[in-house]
Amino acid sequence: MSVPLSLRLKRAVVLSPPLLWTLVFMFIPYTILFVYSFWIQKYPTFEPAFQFGNYVQLATDPQYLRVILRTIKIAFFVSLGAALIAYPYAYFLAFKVKRPGVRLALYMAVVAPLWVSYLLRAYTWKTILGTTGILNSFLMSIGLLSEPSSVFLYNQTAMIVTLIYVFIPFMVMPIYAVLEKIPKSLKEASSDLGVGRLQTFFLVTLPLSIPGIVAGFTMTFCLTFGDFIAPFLVGGPDGLMIANVIASQFGASLNWPLGSALALVMLVIVLTIISISDRFERFGQGKFA
Amino acid sequence: MTMASSNTDRRSRQVSLAAAERWSWLFGITLILGFLYLPIGVLVAYSFNASRSLTWPMSGLTFEWYLKLASNDQLIQAFYNSVYVAVCATALTLMIGVPAAITLDRIDFPGKGLFRKLILLPIALPGIITGISMLILFRAIGFNLSLEAVIVGHATALLAVVVTQVFARLQRLPQSLQEASADLGASGFQTFFLVTLPNIRTAVIGAGMLAFTLSFDEIPVTFFLTGRDNTLPMYIWSTMRRGITPEINAIGTLIVVVSIVLIFMSVLLLREKSGPKE
Repeated sequence: MSVPLSLRLKRAVVLSPPLLWTLVFMFIPYTILFVYSFWIQKYPTFEPAFQFGNYVQLATDPQYLRVILRTIKIAFFVSLGAALIAYPYAYFLAFKVKRPGVRLALYMAVVAPLWVSYLLRAYTWKTILGTTGILNSFLMSIGLLSEPSSVFLYNQTAMIVTLIYVFIPFMVMPIYAVLEKIPKSLKEASSDLGVGRLQTFFLVTLPLSIPGIVAGFTMTFCLTFGDFIAPFLVGGPDGLMIANVIASQFGASLNWPLGSALALVMLVIVLTIISISDRFERFGQGKFA
Repeated sequence: MTMASSNTDRRSRQVSLAAAERWSWLFGITLILGFLYLPIGVLVAYSFNASRSLTWPMSGLTFEWYLKLASNDQLIQAFYNSVYVAVCATALTLMIGVPAAITLDRIDFPGKGLFRKLILLPIALPGIITGISMLILFRAIGFNLSLEAVIVGHATALLAVVVTQVFARLQRLPQSLQEASADLGASGFQTFFLVTLPNIRTAVIGAGMLAFTLSFDEIPVTFFLTGRDNTLPMYIWSTMRRGITPEINAIGTLIVVVSIVLIFMSVLLLREKSGPKE
């Protein structure tokens, strides 16, 4: 009533394209995905049904459970490793670098690789770690190895190293953002009160930077969780992750209902982690703001 | 005497401790930078390596792999396909994303919460879910898998990027600007094109560049939606399946060079953004 018709029309013009787009290309596809997860596969096609067979299969067939747990494990170690490297780097930028120009340059040095193709950044690790690769031939040329070793490539460690490398910018950015906001006066107050530097770090700086760590951890975890390129390039036979299994259900195995169910499991895990971390961050903000 | 000497002792120990700390910081940071850039260095260096195998030590300088690229028709076609996809997807995602950001910033309507959640979902959602859900949709409505399907897929997946970037800028824009414009008798569309758009211009350009880069590099969505045509990353991916070749290093080096140019451009844009406001 209070909004005149002409204004409402104009609003509708602004509003409708994005609204329609999200409806048609997001809401409907996710809904169909959900519906498909209850269908039955009748090779070579699938039939409408409402049954929980696909979910039962995911829960009872140990190979799926193993893949899900492995994906969680790898995503956890990638996030942990990235945090252990990113934190000192971000700390150095925020507190040790005095010149703003140097700080910007070092910050860009970490963020810039995001603009370089993800695929190529993963691929270069394949060329480094392979049996005929650069690391092997280097170790042989300096006499550390007498014959090429296959321990570097096609295993979970190779995947974790590659994924840390690929996703580390997502860890540095949020941690740096919180560290930068910590008032210098807090650290000074702490040292004025006679608290040692190490204690100041553990009692003041680290607790205040937890929201950044959580944000970076969440981002890195979710990105790793959905990855299917690193397992393919540098992972071994025991390196399949959920996304690879989903991809094969939609490809060679042609079992879309099972693939849809697995995709929904993935979706639920990712959304759960995001909402937990959301709550955590809000909690942190409430406490320190 | 003794006290004075023990004081100097302590001081010199402190000085050497500080120096040790300084050096260990520098050492650690250098290690991290090495971890970040050595692989990219390897990628670039081996694109000029004479030997076909990527082993240490390197064996002479060659431009052979670049010349091979120039005569690789499939690769060139894939490159053009990628440009086509990235340009169209970027234009589309900006046309949808900018109004979406304005909607989120300025207009209230029932279901806004769900709309916001849905549109921002792909930022956290693994790309593969966008890929398969759109594959299912296109199959259901009988839309052929093609580069056009990929464009729609990319536009959808990248919407969240554009919306967050533009929305952040809109939030910092004072509401009074719009009110002043309306008070002076400008229509809603005039206000948008003469007041709002110029103020969010750099955010839109920045978001567009980011969307272009991401689309150019995209695999998970493309993987499920492309038909017979390959984009550049899909072509590189299929080459990798057959094994490692220095040609991939050569393509990679070209992409690194283009990326560096884009990074510098975006830094310049950022500077322009913060310049006049501060």
